[in-house]
Amino acid sequence: MGLKEKILTKSLYVFHLSSGSCNNCDIEIIDCLTPRYDIERFGMVLVGSIKHADVLLCTGSANRLTVPRIKALYEQMPKPGFVVAFGACGASRGLFKDSYNTGKPLDEIIPVDMYIPGCPPRPEAIMAGLLKLIGKLTAKPSLRWR
Amino acid sequence: MNPLNYLVLFLVFPGFLFSGTMGLLVGWVDRKITARLQWRIGPPWYQNFVDIMKLFYKETLVPEGASKWVFFSMPLISMAGATLVSTILLVSNGPAHGGFIGDLIVVVYLLVIPSIALMLGGFASGNPLASLGSSREMKLVLAYELPFLLALFVVIMKTGYTIRLGQIIAWQDAHSFVIASASGAISFFVMIFSIQAKLGFIPFDMAEAETEIVSGPYIEYSGRALAMFKIAKAILFFAMPILLITLYLGGIKFTVDGMLWNVLEYLLILLIVIVIKNTNPRVRIDQAMRFFWRLPTLLAILAVVLACLGL
Repeated sequence: MGLKEKILTKSLYVFHLSSGSCNNCDIEIIDCLTPRYDIERFGMVLVGSIKHADVLLCTGSANRLTVPRIKALYEQMPKPGFVVAFGACGASRGLFKDSYNTGKPLDEIIPVDMYIPGCPPRPEAIMAGLLKLIGKLTAKPSLRWR
Repeated sequence: MNPLNYLVLFLVFPGFLFSGTMGLLVGWVDRKITARLQWRIGPPWYQNFVDIMKLFYKETLVPEGASKWVFFSMPLISMAGATLVSTILLVSNGPAHGGFIGDLIVVVYLLVIPSIALMLGGFASGNPLASLGSSREMKLVLAYELPFLLALFVVIMKTGYTIRLGQIIAWQDAHSFVIASASGAISFFVMIFSIQAKLGFIPFDMAEAETEIVSGPYIEYSGRALAMFKIAKAILFFAMPILLITLYLGGIKFTVDGMLWNVLEYLLILLIVIVIKNTNPRVRIDQAMRFFWRLPTLLAILAVVLACLGL
């Protein structure tokens, strides 16, 4: 494990993108910032601009309206950057699998590095997922330096 | 002094390297106290260093339609301005009381440079939210400079009309602290609000309101440019309490007792700033202007009148 990976995994800035979610996952993300869970312990901060972010946290089923925006935001993210598909919808379109409005799941639109399932995932699950992302980055860094 | 000496002063001690390191540590104190006030645990002490190092090897993006030259020179200018402020302050606080006649005026001008650099950088990025943040920053500078300068004028009057930081400290050594007088105490009170606005902290962080105009002028900055802005802000955060200590509390002393008092004073001022930051909501820009041009300005004028009367 090199110095770069060490530094990166100690300060992941998370950008939260809602691609047509029902707002339930979004509330659970805010829960991670509360005193009980306090994700800032691991150096993770929720940022407002994609240009500052290292992780694109994508909630929702990626409907037709948001697909161009998801692609644009992924391209605007400074590399190395990572994508986390959040919730049942983000991972597999969930309930909206056969909807006219959701053509493709998220991982066929942009490369996804980590899935956090649940409807919505509990804050514990979110933190476990993000820590697993750190583990994945430190285990196989060469794969992830796009 | 030869030019190389000045370079060492500016780049290593007490300039860029020292002030930057201290600034990032002070930034951690801010984050930690904020976390403790919210009953969280907060980040480890090296967090700000890690953040900066990460930004230095991340990709730096140039937005389409941005004025490239201005966009990338502004972080450097901001950093240089902040470093110069810190260097001048610490050099004139040193045992030899270095510095030059009029360095207080230079510090006042240099303190505006990070704000101006931020504005120009925001406008150069071509992002509408960044322009909005820049225009707010401009109005905020107009708002807080008036009480800031009036409060500074009180200090100059109290210390026998000197505009040299070394002499201000020497006067306070010979007589008493500026804050010990009525006019000095009022002007210190006004200064605390101006400092809060200068650092862009809540309640006066409308220029980079993160939840509203997603960090304003910083929105298009990434990688190294953003890191430079962050370092500039950290250095400014380190330098501001030192400015207050220099002007009101007799500067840095180089005895054991004096050092302990200095650390205590520094931490107290830091705590006041952080507690104000954590217990207030963000005000609108018109509210901020109204606030600064009414209460602090009136108080500062009162302090000037009291100083004229010799109180």
